[in-house]
Amino acid sequence: MSLLLTAAQTVGPFVSIGFEKSSVPDVAPAGVAGDRVVITGRIVDGDGAPVTDAVLETWQANSHGKYAHPDDAQEKLLEDNFKGFGRVLTDAQGGFKLTTIKPGKVAGPSGIEQAPHITVVIFMRGLLKQLMTRIYFPDEAANAADPILSLVPATRRATLVATKSADGSLQWNVHLQGANETVFFDY
Amino acid sequence: MSNVGNINPYRKSYFDTQPDYLYPAYRSTVKRAPQQPLVQMPQTLSEITGPLFTAGDVAETDYDLTAQHTGAPLGERMIVSGRLLDEGGRPVPNALIEMWQANASGRYKHIVDNHDAPLDPNFTGFGGVVTDAQGHYRFKTIKPGAYPWRNHYNAWRPAHLHFSLFGQGFAQRLVTQMYFPGDPLLEFDPMYSSVPDERARARLVSSFDWENTVPEYAIAYRFDMILRGRDATPMETKENKR
Repeated sequence: MSLLLTAAQTVGPFVSIGFEKSSVPDVAPAGVAGDRVVITGRIVDGDGAPVTDAVLETWQANSHGKYAHPDDAQEKLLEDNFKGFGRVLTDAQGGFKLTTIKPGKVAGPSGIEQAPHITVVIFMRGLLKQLMTRIYFPDEAANAADPILSLVPATRRATLVATKSADGSLQWNVHLQGANETVFFDY
Repeated sequence: MSNVGNINPYRKSYFDTQPDYLYPAYRSTVKRAPQQPLVQMPQTLSEITGPLFTAGDVAETDYDLTAQHTGAPLGERMIVSGRLLDEGGRPVPNALIEMWQANASGRYKHIVDNHDAPLDPNFTGFGGVVTDAQGHYRFKTIKPGAYPWRNHYNAWRPAHLHFSLFGQGFAQRLVTQMYFPGDPLLEFDPMYSSVPDERARARLVSSFDWENTVPEYAIAYRFDMILRGRDATPMETKENKR
C-alpha cells in the first residue's frame, strides 16, 4: 500500500494569527540543565529586505545529547521538563530571538558523533514548502568532524555556524539568496 | 553503542508531488527561493525525532472555531474531518494539527490584511486538534470566503484552509492548504498549480462528505492528509523506492 504524499503549500502572509499565540520563544524552562544561550538573527530576502512574516521552528537534544523521543535509543539522561521544540516569528525588522540551552553531541551516521546543533525549519509567504537548515555553535571543536557539516562545501559552512556577539549572545542570520546564501538541506 | 546512530529514515518525497521553491507565477517565490542547490544529507537522529504531542496540548474546545467568542460567526457552518496517515497507510496518532483561515467574507483577522471586506468580531480563524489513535481529526468552523491578492491582475485566492501538521519526526513536518470541490478559481491559482503532479494537486481538494453532514446544522467536507512514511525495514531504503 502506498498513498500519495500530500503536497506542501505556503503558510501565506497570515500565519501569525495562530502561530503567535502558540510560539515557544524559550525552549528550556527554569531548572533544565545546560548552558543557556540566546540566539538572535534576521532573515533577509534576495534584495536584502527583511522578511517580516516568517516562522522558524527548532528541534534539539538536551544538554546530555538526548532527544525527548522514543526513536532515540542512546543511553543518555532524559529530562522530563525539556521537550526541545521552539517556534519564533520574525518581527517588523525581520528579526527573531530564541532562548534555549546548548544541546549535547548526538549519535550520527556510521558511528560518528554529530557536533551540537539545532535542527531548523523555516516557513513564510513565498515559500511553497519549508526550508530545512541547522544551527551549529561557535568555538566548538567537534564541528571539524561533524558528518553533516562535512557534506557542505567548505566555503559555505560558515552560514550554518552562529557567531558570538560582544554581549555573549549568539547571532545567526538567514540569507535566502545572494553571496552569503544560507545552506539549506534536503533529506 | 556504535549502532544507535543508524536509523530508519523517512522516504524522500516522491517525484513531482511537491512544488519547487521557485515558481515565478507565484511572484513572492522569486526573491525568497534559494538559488544554490540544496545540500543532500542523510537523515540522522535529529531528523527522525521531533516534538510529540498529546490530547492535553490543545483545549478540548480548540476544534470548534465557531465557539471562540460570545456570538456565532457569520457564514456557512461546516465540519471538516479526515484522517492523517503515512504513505504506508498507517494512521499517525497524537499528531498536532493546527488550522487557520479567513472569515466568511474572505478577510483574515490580521493587521496586514487590508482587503475591503468586513471583519467578524465572532471569528478569529485559528484552531487546533490532536489526532486520535486511528489518526482521525475533526474541526467545526465556517466556510472561508475567496479573497483578492496582488500577485497578478484580478488575482483571487480560491477559498482554502491552512493546515499545519506535525508527525512523529521533524522529517514529516508539513504545511498545506485544503481547497473546496468545484471551485472555479482553482485553475487560475498559482499556489494550487505549483504542484506538478496532477493527482497530487487533486488531493488538495476536499470532497463533500454526506455521512458526516449534520442534518439541519452543517455541511461536512472530508480531507485526508498523507505524511512521509518509512520503508518497512531499514534494509529497503533505496532512494525513492515505492
